[in-house]
Amino acid sequence: MIELSGLTKRYGDTLAVDDLSFDIEPGCVTGFLGPNGAGKTTTMRMILGLDAPTKGSVTVNGKPYSQHKFPLHEVGALLDAKALHGGRRAFDHLLCLAQSNGIGKARVTAVLEMVGLADVARKRAGTFSLGMGQRLGIAAALLGDPGILMFDEPVNGLDPEGIVWIRNLLRWLASEGRTVFVSSHLMTEMAMTADRLIVVGRGRLIADSTVDEFTARGEQWVTVRSARPAELTAALLNAGGTVTMVGDDSEVRGLSAVQIGDIALTAGVALYGLTEQRASLEEVFFGLTDDSVEYHGSVSA
Amino acid sequence: MSATSTDTPAGATPPVFTTHPTPTGSMIRAALLSEWTKLRSVRSTIWSLILTSAFTIGLGTLFCWAYVNRPPDERGGRGGLGSGLRFDPTDRALRGVFLAQLAIGVLGVLVMSSEYTTGSVRTSLAAVPNRRLLLLAKAIVLGAVSLVVSMISAFLAFFAGQAVLSSKNLGVSIGDAGVLRAVLGAGAYLMLIALFGLAIGTIVRRTPGAISALFGIVLIFPLLADALPDPWNVNVGKLLPMNAGQAMFSVRVDPDLLTPGKGLVIFLCWIAGTFAIATFLLSKRDV
Repeated sequence: MIELSGLTKRYGDTLAVDDLSFDIEPGCVTGFLGPNGAGKTTTMRMILGLDAPTKGSVTVNGKPYSQHKFPLHEVGALLDAKALHGGRRAFDHLLCLAQSNGIGKARVTAVLEMVGLADVARKRAGTFSLGMGQRLGIAAALLGDPGILMFDEPVNGLDPEGIVWIRNLLRWLASEGRTVFVSSHLMTEMAMTADRLIVVGRGRLIADSTVDEFTARGEQWVTVRSARPAELTAALLNAGGTVTMVGDDSEVRGLSAVQIGDIALTAGVALYGLTEQRASLEEVFFGLTDDSVEYHGSVSA
Repeated sequence: MSATSTDTPAGATPPVFTTHPTPTGSMIRAALLSEWTKLRSVRSTIWSLILTSAFTIGLGTLFCWAYVNRPPDERGGRGGLGSGLRFDPTDRALRGVFLAQLAIGVLGVLVMSSEYTTGSVRTSLAAVPNRRLLLLAKAIVLGAVSLVVSMISAFLAFFAGQAVLSSKNLGVSIGDAGVLRAVLGAGAYLMLIALFGLAIGTIVRRTPGAISALFGIVLIFPLLADALPDPWNVNVGKLLPMNAGQAMFSVRVDPDLLTPGKGLVIFLCWIAGTFAIATFLLSKRDV
């Protein structure tokens, strides 16, 4: 469990993170979503005690991160897969992290096998492809078998195979009851993996809800195809709906599919198609973060 | 398009993850072990140490060899780089230290600056959030490794140099007055330069800048002090790291240098001061 309370980070005149308060709960994947520069990475750094908050606080399992004796047992984090000494062998890279937290060599071997890098354990990390580097970073996060895992943009730059692997891993970790906190600027990616969404823009909290609740914020309508559109439209308008014709189809708002079906039956008009439509997560997201994207690039993610 | 959400059945309660008990064992021991692995697992370490040793032993022996091959009437008054006017067999054999300090100083800088240039400092501090502990562990491991290498190098340089000089009966014995202290001083000096490099690497964070700063202070400051009006050139000059350090490994008592003991104390003050700044900045800065 991670608890943020009024977390704020200011760089000069810029508020990178503006009064964020939310809890990250165990047992599900929490997506941390926002455009580039929304303050996601800064927030994650503050959770890990790498950056000091200007105001507010954040605790990990009830304590500030830095007060844990061997924190890799509490939180495993992957912030930047390239942030390692390229001259060090993969095994040694993990070993020095493990040793700093009282973890033995056997666990290093085990996590290397878990992420599929056992064969290249003796290679220097600098020779790794992006995908292998990402796997090595995840192996490091898993070293302490922590209850909380935090990944910053884990699918960035990965090939489709790698993306699927990460998605499955996140779901599997959450299914074991762990807290999984994963950031992305890609809405579709979050739709695939997250149960809960925390949406930020310009450092501010925009939404904190389940994925379903989040999509429910978007527009909903029903697409109807019928034998006699004109007659049906009249009946639907009568019942209080609004109707827009798009080619042969009618887009109906303000009435549910069930209501439309009943109205059509009463009017004696045959229906050929009746489809409930929802704005995609993407559309809801862009609607909410619209005024946040102008921010692009002015603060590093 | 409609969004798919979770594929766990609605209403199912996820299992509760039980965290393992935190391992017992001391944090400092864990941090030391980790820093030892870090140090031994990069190639720059072994290369810097090989160069340190090669410069100390090789150059010292070479200087002695060059000296015995001079015509006897030219052996007097040519002190040359870094020494006074008179020939001293121990000083001559330890002269490689002046070059070796570049190699071991760079190693000290890299121990911290490579963490910043590669970004691995964030991983390291996520694993060891106690920043003072991280710096302390680095200092202890670096200090121990460089002390072993530089002491062995200093003694080998001394004995090799004396072996060469004794062919013309110019050598001295380790038991002669001040000799053992000078050889120990040379080894200690190299180790302290490595620590000085670590502290400056922590302050500056970037490798090129930190190396420039280190050798600016060690090599260039004495030249600048020379430009001061008399007697400040001597009074300030002898307090600078290299001159204070040099007092530790000179057999002769040079009136322009501190005594060996005072030299060690002054050099330690420089190191303590830079470590104080380094610790303060490391604790305060975002990474």
